[in-house]
Amino acid sequence: MSAVTDRDAAARPAPAVRAPGRAAEATNRGRALLLGLPKRLLPPVIAIVVALVVWEALVLTGWKPAYVLPDPPTVFARLFQMVGDPTFLGGVATTMTRGIVGYLIALVIGTAIGLAVSRFPFVRSAIGSLLTGLQTMPSIAWFPLAILFFGLSEQAILFVVILGAAPSIANGLIGGVDEVPPPLLRTARSLGAHGFDLYRLVIMPAAFPAYLSGLKQGWAFAWRSLLAGELLVIISSATSLGQALSFYRQLSDAPSLFATMIVILVIGMVVDRVFAVITNGVRARRGLGALRS
Amino acid sequence: MTLITDVRTPVRIEAVSKVFGRGADATVALDNVDLTVEEGEFVCLLGASGCGKSTLLAMIAALDEPTTGVIDLGGRRTAVMFQDANLFPWLTVQGNIELALRFSGVPRSDWAARVRELLAVVRLPGAARKRPHELSGGMRQRVALARSLAQEAEVLLMDEPFAALDAITRDALHAELERIVRERGLTVIFVTHNVREAARLGDRVLVMKPSPGRIVHEERIDLPRPRQMEDPAVAVRAGLLRDELETQDAGTEVQG
Repeated sequence: MSAVTDRDAAARPAPAVRAPGRAAEATNRGRALLLGLPKRLLPPVIAIVVALVVWEALVLTGWKPAYVLPDPPTVFARLFQMVGDPTFLGGVATTMTRGIVGYLIALVIGTAIGLAVSRFPFVRSAIGSLLTGLQTMPSIAWFPLAILFFGLSEQAILFVVILGAAPSIANGLIGGVDEVPPPLLRTARSLGAHGFDLYRLVIMPAAFPAYLSGLKQGWAFAWRSLLAGELLVIISSATSLGQALSFYRQLSDAPSLFATMIVILVIGMVVDRVFAVITNGVRARRGLGALRS
Repeated sequence: MTLITDVRTPVRIEAVSKVFGRGADATVALDNVDLTVEEGEFVCLLGASGCGKSTLLAMIAALDEPTTGVIDLGGRRTAVMFQDANLFPWLTVQGNIELALRFSGVPRSDWAARVRELLAVVRLPGAARKRPHELSGGMRQRVALARSLAQEAEVLLMDEPFAALDAITRDALHAELERIVRERGLTVIFVTHNVREAARLGDRVLVMKPSPGRIVHEERIDLPRPRQMEDPAVAVRAGLLRDELETQDAGTEVQG
């Protein structure tokens, strides 16, 4: 994000110096807009165009019948209908609410566990490797147990979302605390920091970038677990994105299925951008380079 | 506290040894070191890598404990500076100094004024809102010095604080340090491997030698202040110190 802004600043010439006349200044600004905007947007625009062309070409080969593989215009027409449809938007809201509630609970649990493991060697020996194990465990493997415990219910979905996200959040925090540079700790101690203040004012801020990447990864796991859960645990009283996928497959409504998947992808990308902006802001303030994702 | 400092007992290091490891792998980092530093004295510990000078400093700073022996600071407080400024990267210059004030128990209402005063002392008046990564190496060491001064310690412990700086910046910081130490009446123990730096800064230089780490020579530098690195008299003393280092151990690497 910051790299982009820098490039913009660089692309924009200093008008006052180079162009004394007002007209020349305006021309310069116009050119900067023309050059600056595509520079930032050109690569993704090209990527989208290429993807659409490949998609359309695939449709034209007749590889699959049109009711299975619809062409882009059909899908986008359906997409525009759907985003104006209150039922569909309600489904998006249901899914997002589940995701956010589950994620926030995972945030609290994961942070507490991460703090305990990083602080107490006994806790680390007890559950440190278990946390890494949980992180590698496919969250869908939890669903049979979750359904057994909670039935086809909101709790079953939340349970799996939390189990998906909390280990990543805990591990991010643990990694951050473990990697606080020893010279910083030595300096903090020589300044008289100890106990809770050392933790609160030095170790936690130093660990914050790693914690943030744990939070980001935690969200990715939560989102995946959530969609898997919504495919398996259909609650008839509430429409959701996962339920919509399942529903459109049963109806063989390919355009709606495609459109729903595009919505899921876009939500994932938007949330990822939010995390990237926060992470890169924190890193820039510390003189660290922006992370590319 | 007041009582103890009024007595002006010297800093005493008596029969201090430090052994790392145990059994056959044990390394004697310091062997039976005695040292007395008077109030307001500027002492340099000079020696090559491995002579135990940083180990000794860390023990005086209470960052490490001697295996045997006694370190008596006479109730004085210490502040430490290292080769790297080790500023906290998530805080501004102001925040870094405020953290030192907080850990020293200075009331919050005094922080802003104290930060202004300290930045003026190290001649960085406009840097309060800057982040560490926006500063040059010399500016970072100035902030680290301000942070050390914020602790209101009577003894300043410095472990090669200027070793990573270019000669011009280092000379400027030598002058600042000399002025600040005199104005505040600080006691300084300064670790260096640079003979000229030792001769330029110290009232007294202790030459140390490795395996096992020990003090082998003591040189009084009774030259007037302020001094300059290029002073011929400083160069003469540096030469004497170099001779001491070289006669003691031909293989010792020393930077001049």
